[in-house]
Amino acid sequence: MLTFTIRRLILSVPTLLFISLMIFLLLELAPGDPMAQVPLTVPPEVKEKMREALGLGEPMHIRFWKWIVQFFWIEPQVLIDHYFGTTFSEGSLRVISWQTRSPVMDIVIQRMPQTLWVVGTAYVVAILIALPIGIYSAYRQYSWFDQLGTFVSMVGFSVPPFFSGVLVIVIFSVQLGWFPSIYDTTHVVDSWESFVKQLQQMIMPVMVLALQITAQLSRFMRASMLDNLNQDYVRTARAKGLSEYVVVMVHVLRNSMIPVVTVIALGIPSIFGGAIITEQVFKVNGIGQLLIGAIQANDLPMVQTLTFIFAVLIVLFNLIADVLYGILDPRIRYD
Amino acid sequence: MTELSNPIPTQPPRSQWLDVWDQFKSHRGALMGGILFLLIVATVYLGPFVWDIEATHIDIRSRNQGPSWAHPFGTDQLGRDMLARMMAGGATSVSVGLTAMLLALFLGSFIGVLAGFFKRLDGPLMRLTDLFLALPLLPLLLVMMLLFREPLNATFGPEQGIFILIVASIGITSWMPTARIVRGDVLAIKEREFVMAARSIGTPDSKLISRHILPNVLSPIMVSATLGIATAIITESSLSFLGLGFPPDFPTWGRLLFDATDYLQQYPERVFWPGMAISLTVLSVNYLGDGLRDALDPRIRGR
Amino acid sequence: MKLKTLLLGAIASTALAPAAFAERGSDGQVNIIYWQAPSILNPFLSGGTKDIDASALVIEPLARYDPNGKMIPYLASEIPTVENGGVSADLTSITWKIAPGIKWSDGSAFTAKDVKFTADYCMHPEGGCAQLTKFEGVTAVEALDDMTIKVTFDKPTPFPYGPFVGGESPIIQAAQFANCMGAKAPECTEANFGPIGTGPFVVEEFKPNDVITMSANQNYRDPAKPAFAKVLFKGGGDATAAGRAVMETGEFDYAWNLQLAPDVIAQMEAGGKGTPVAGFGPLVERIMLNNTDPTPSLGADERSVKRGHPFLNDPAVYKAMSLAIDRPLLVEIGYGKAGKVTCNWVPAPAAFNSDSFQCDKQDIAAANAMLDEAGYKDTNGDGIRETADGTPMKILYQTSTNAVRQDFQALIKQWWSEIGIETELRNINASVFFGGDPGSPDTFQKFYADVEMYANTFNGTDPQSYLAAGLCDKAPSPASQWQGENISRFCDSEYDALHAELTKTAGIEARAEIGKRLNDIMVSKGGMIPLVHRGRLSAHANTLGGVELNVWDSEMWNAANWHRTK
Repeated sequence: MLTFTIRRLILSVPTLLFISLMIFLLLELAPGDPMAQVPLTVPPEVKEKMREALGLGEPMHIRFWKWIVQFFWIEPQVLIDHYFGTTFSEGSLRVISWQTRSPVMDIVIQRMPQTLWVVGTAYVVAILIALPIGIYSAYRQYSWFDQLGTFVSMVGFSVPPFFSGVLVIVIFSVQLGWFPSIYDTTHVVDSWESFVKQLQQMIMPVMVLALQITAQLSRFMRASMLDNLNQDYVRTARAKGLSEYVVVMVHVLRNSMIPVVTVIALGIPSIFGGAIITEQVFKVNGIGQLLIGAIQANDLPMVQTLTFIFAVLIVLFNLIADVLYGILDPRIRYD
Repeated sequence: MTELSNPIPTQPPRSQWLDVWDQFKSHRGALMGGILFLLIVATVYLGPFVWDIEATHIDIRSRNQGPSWAHPFGTDQLGRDMLARMMAGGATSVSVGLTAMLLALFLGSFIGVLAGFFKRLDGPLMRLTDLFLALPLLPLLLVMMLLFREPLNATFGPEQGIFILIVASIGITSWMPTARIVRGDVLAIKEREFVMAARSIGTPDSKLISRHILPNVLSPIMVSATLGIATAIITESSLSFLGLGFPPDFPTWGRLLFDATDYLQQYPERVFWPGMAISLTVLSVNYLGDGLRDALDPRIRGR
Repeated sequence: MKLKTLLLGAIASTALAPAAFAERGSDGQVNIIYWQAPSILNPFLSGGTKDIDASALVIEPLARYDPNGKMIPYLASEIPTVENGGVSADLTSITWKIAPGIKWSDGSAFTAKDVKFTADYCMHPEGGCAQLTKFEGVTAVEALDDMTIKVTFDKPTPFPYGPFVGGESPIIQAAQFANCMGAKAPECTEANFGPIGTGPFVVEEFKPNDVITMSANQNYRDPAKPAFAKVLFKGGGDATAAGRAVMETGEFDYAWNLQLAPDVIAQMEAGGKGTPVAGFGPLVERIMLNNTDPTPSLGADERSVKRGHPFLNDPAVYKAMSLAIDRPLLVEIGYGKAGKVTCNWVPAPAAFNSDSFQCDKQDIAAANAMLDEAGYKDTNGDGIRETADGTPMKILYQTSTNAVRQDFQALIKQWWSEIGIETELRNINASVFFGGDPGSPDTFQKFYADVEMYANTFNGTDPQSYLAAGLCDKAPSPASQWQGENISRFCDSEYDALHAELTKTAGIEARAEIGKRLNDIMVSKGGMIPLVHRGRLSAHANTLGGVELNVWDSEMWNAANWHRTK
């Protein structure tokens, strides 16, 4: 298992480099112009000058090389400087966003807290709700609980967040006035009251997001449980006289978790990726909003850096999912 | 010679698919889901032949009307008939959902089975999956629009062209979870005794996959499929929300829902129809999938 | 004696100070929401309105425009004119006097050196300054002494108020930006995110594309202002949510640019917590008519370059097309309070608004008669007219992707079909359409269509450079890398001559007279079909006082006067 993990880790380096090249080429090929949002009153000659100032005049391969150097060489130095007070990175140019003319990584770090708070909480809430629902629905297949669960999760899943978000805002912010409709990213939690306020502003985006994730996860959990409940080993376990609880919660659950763990692990990078639409609706202004804003403004360094960070996370969590597979199911051998 | 002496069978042997159908029929939810789904499909595709108001016809004098006999679902802000728009939008949404799901399902199961079954292909195929998972959907769409829109428009006309583009982009950006899940299951099943037994009697790989592996991974595939239709319909509406996807004057359920969201307080019925249509479709497909999954599982069928 | 004066002084300051300080910052916090989030607070590095408006709370120009388009001094002591000797008689230079006693928010004195530095900063060849047009024709900027600044132009400039006037051209502090010249401009993140200014507020924290927190500037020139101690400037989301937060939930005090359907605005207003306000600048939604031939079979050097459209250049055709449009209905559906019917390219300032045309009545019958008379007949009975040589009157109508524009397209398509002109609609993603990428076939400059619809405006109150967009040599073509403002490829010798006259004429009446004639030529000779004079609709909370919506300058122009009314 260890050699497998190490081999995969080493293999992921060229994969990631290739991915970064692919992303870069994609962005280069895409139509659009970072000056498109500049008003029409700014004449084209001036826009051309602004483009040159962004470094757009240089050939493609040079820009790619620059990004590689900035991301893999200079940014880590900045990190070291930040923690140890050294000055390795002094004077070297970091990855600079075209919209804000400031280092991309600083903004990413600035956006992390609200994304992790909201999307992360939603994910945890969703897992906590989805797993029991999935298990019980499968165990009592076609009971009224199962039917209701199916119905609610499907409706929840089929309502897009741009609608459910606005709906809860109209109900809970406009009509009832319970929760704020706009997330305050400057809010600092330092006391019980401020924590309550944080909960109030989080509750709506978390619910909207959790609804979607719950729907998906509980379906997978239920399906996977159903598969295993009919296996011979379950009959054997029952025949041995094991209690129903042990049969379901130990034998069946452990085997059923294999595909579900994949789904959960694969979903974790999306926590960091934020939730583009939900963040937009509630003005959470996290990573998802950063990405969509950068795409709309054609801020290529920002899009490139963000998507590459996602790629790293995805590759990493795929590896974790594979390792978990091996742990949960000893029959799978990678070596 | 003894075989000949046997009496001639009075009825043809029951095919496996007949058994599947019997089991499916006995599943009430599945049957109702199936009927509902067929009904929705029939309404959106055949409805326009009965209800002959055009979805794009503007009657500015009768805008923002509530339900009436002339317009059972009311009219929108330009006086277009909502029923006609719902049917036109449904035809697009259902087509996008089905086609994109089929494409994603095919790609996902194909790659998942290959990766799980053939050890040599596992590494490269899973790296390919990582690559696709890591690609950003939105820039990918923009690039595809740039590269393929003109030729597709020239060959298929502007509406078919954008349809193909959207189906293809949703399809090729959503097969990865299916592939990973299928691969995981194949990896587990491959080690099971019955596969070993089949292999020991010299079953070729192609038969091994089609007879022994595929039927056993059918249930995760079915779950992916039912979720896939919903995801495709919702992805399409999200694309509209972000200003990509179908143009604003081209109705789809997702876009109708999005346009109506602004009028949530004044004209709640305008949100209700598309929202209900999407939910009903997803729900019916889900029950259909449940029934199919049970019907396809020989262990349940016997019971 | 000495002691007495000291004492008197002390009494005076204790008597005055509490009164003054009780006013400043006494109204708590004001919350502003812009659905486009500011990404930088240095307007020289970004042309976006959101960035200019946010920075207007912090940095100021020498003079601003008021809501009527009149100039009022901010950091200058008066507006220089030829009469008061501030502008030289030959119109080649302007001399500004700085008002005494102005301090930067860090306490240092504001001098002419800062003004000169600002000019050097923007005019640096490697800086990529977004406001370079403000400094067009400037040959020298000199600080004659600490309080006097002289700007010299390369030729007589009848309207010398480009540099240092309006929100696009504020003054930045020389000391803060000294190391940020030219190519180094983007490296000064700290300065770009938190410029030191003379305005009513000081940046506390700037989160790009998200939120800005500000506090009152303790060194602001008026000791009683600003009334608010804090500003929360939130960005992001969409116009609907911004409007809702001000008018329905009351979480915010001011929402910018609510481009929403009129009935949605009305519904929000019924929430009772806020009021929408509209203001009209020169923004006009128009249909540009392609004066060249956009046939796809023509090569890259001829398509939309070769002069002469198959039929759109005929006055009967474009006049009939204009007559078939019901403009009041377009306004009602698309913009409501934030729109007016217009027949003009330059509908504002009022002095420049021509009254030559009438266009608020739709008349399909008259339009049909006009086309019949000009010889466009439907010869083959398919409902589409043909030109004399048998070409069917089919046009491609493109615009950017935007719900209101698509509604307009659908309506206009229907009206045009009623006069026998078939229209194919197309919409293009805004970032591609307005992107100006010479490689893309879909930009509005390339104009690979017969007609296209968008909105345009100009900054400040003088339309001279805006009217230059009708000159023959400004037409985009492959030779100019498809750059150029003359989108309709309009070309008329009378127009060119008249515009040359405008560049030499001083005095507002005379200029307005020429401006109106230029506008009339453009519209009557088939450059464009103006549709809607668009205003800007913003909303403020009912408890926020002092808001005066200004379309000639930043909307935040008088934030120092904002206060809580209850």
